[in-house]
Amino acid sequence: MLIRPPNDILSSEITPHEVYRERRRFMQGMGVLAAGAALGVAADVEAGVRLAGVRGSAYTLNEAKTPYKSVTTYNNFYEFGTGKSDPAENAGGLNTRPWTVAVEGEVNKPGVYDMDMLLKLAPLEERVYRMRCVEGWSMVIPWVGFPLHELIRRANPTGNARYVEFVTLHDPGQMPGQRSRVLDWPYVEGLRMDEAMNPLTLLAVGLYGEVLPNQNGAPIRLVVPWKYGFKSAKSIVRIRFVEKQPLTAWMKATPSEYGFYSNVNPQVDHPRWSQARERRIGEFFKRDTLMFNGYGAQVAQMYRGMDLKRYF
Amino acid sequence: MRRVFHNPRFWVFAVCLLPLTRLIVLGFSGGLGANPIEFITRSLGTWTLVGLMVTLSVTPLRRLTGHAELIRYRRMLGLFAFFYACLHFVTYIWLDQFFDPAAIVKDIVKRPFITVGFAAFVLLVPLALTSTHAMMRRLGRRWQQLHRLVYAIAILGVIHYLWLVKKDLTDPLVYAVVLTLLLVLRLPWVVHALQAVRSSRRVSPQS
Ligand code: HEM
Repeated sequence: MLIRPPNDILSSEITPHEVYRERRRFMQGMGVLAAGAALGVAADVEAGVRLAGVRGSAYTLNEAKTPYKSVTTYNNFYEFGTGKSDPAENAGGLNTRPWTVAVEGEVNKPGVYDMDMLLKLAPLEERVYRMRCVEGWSMVIPWVGFPLHELIRRANPTGNARYVEFVTLHDPGQMPGQRSRVLDWPYVEGLRMDEAMNPLTLLAVGLYGEVLPNQNGAPIRLVVPWKYGFKSAKSIVRIRFVEKQPLTAWMKATPSEYGFYSNVNPQVDHPRWSQARERRIGEFFKRDTLMFNGYGAQVAQMYRGMDLKRYF
Repeated sequence: MRRVFHNPRFWVFAVCLLPLTRLIVLGFSGGLGANPIEFITRSLGTWTLVGLMVTLSVTPLRRLTGHAELIRYRRMLGLFAFFYACLHFVTYIWLDQFFDPAAIVKDIVKRPFITVGFAAFVLLVPLALTSTHAMMRRLGRRWQQLHRLVYAIAILGVIHYLWLVKKDLTDPLVYAVVLTLLLVLRLPWVVHALQAVRSSRRVSPQS
């Protein structure tokens, strides 16, 4: 566990919100000692705490980053409500410790990873990526994380593993949005094996150099920058390697509107709106949407010969 | 001046301006969130629809309460709905599409929710133009026939909303339920039933 010396914990880091959360944990019956120990950890994993040892990377952009405030208050995370400001308002009750991710299915080395193992799995690096939402807006976000292929390599998939399925936590007690059935919970997403292995595909644990805020998918989420935002599953608890293409939450909800691939593509419109342009949050004029969100050089070869109108 | 404050029409007018005032205040205080243009467009759309619903509730309310004078506010309410529809349309033309005629035409044809919203807006125009007393007199019976269009407009407005949301249909369905209720209250047999209830209450001594 990344327990820092106590003098590292500034009193300013112990916010009333945190105290509330700890009290809740206490009342949930973990006992005085456990609550005390958890308090020590909480200061380390709370959103806003700087992540140690983050390296730079070649993945930077010549575009202005979207302000932290916008990135953390304008979110689609239906587990906390369908309004854009709901996640920031309702995600405070999500307990991100202890947290485990089960890696299972068609792998030679299945396992359950806790967050401390994941944080040490590979060097953390900062990657500035464009994020394009299927609704027609976009951001530029400096994520902190490590490539998904690091985890896949350790899990050592069998020859049958053709797809990877990602499952988000399902707990209506912590995720109030799951009390209403807007989607068939839990949230499921998926990637083809080569997409999952692509160097761009990131498991993110932070943004702006700090621990990921709950509303952005804490404690660990996927970032697939050439696909619409909803492909990047948040608050992941299970990564499963499978032979058949997973049925994702949005495909289940509206198969005519959301396909498995969901690559950013200005030439293939959503049935109800155009995808040709986008509003970059913070900018006044709309800008043209780029094929594969501008990552064609890194990803286009994976789709060579595929009819992207059919495989949308 | 005093007289103005005693005039209920002034207060109705002032209340109708509140949604716009709120947007202006939020705009100057940085309260429109990360995507201000979406916020403004949606807020104006919401208030257009609310305006239509409030306008449509005048007649049923009058029948339910017997307050015939409520009819005096109906035109103002309807015109406010049109006012917000104009602002909603202008934000779309200006802030969403930047006066690009080709893009706008394509959007109206291609996106069903825009097509329907546009149809609702176009139908509102003749109603606004014929809202004066002079026009009422000139058109006579045909005025009423023409203004029945408002039912279609409200239905189109709700469809517009139903088609634009990504998944969570709760809010548009609330409007759909309210509109259904407002329309049911206009069915002849419902009107008769309500009248019967009211006249029986009037004769009963204690009410
Ligand atoms: C009587 C006419 C209309 C009514 C009652 C109406 C009502 C609404 C409502 C209730 C919303 C959703 C607000 C929300 O999400 O909270 C909305 C959104 C919207 N409307 Fe309208 N509208 C009308 C006409 C139009 C017209 C003529 C256009 C453009 C040609 C238009 C374009 C839009 C757009 C672009 C949005 C925002 C969609 C989004 O943010 O995804 N509307 N409208």
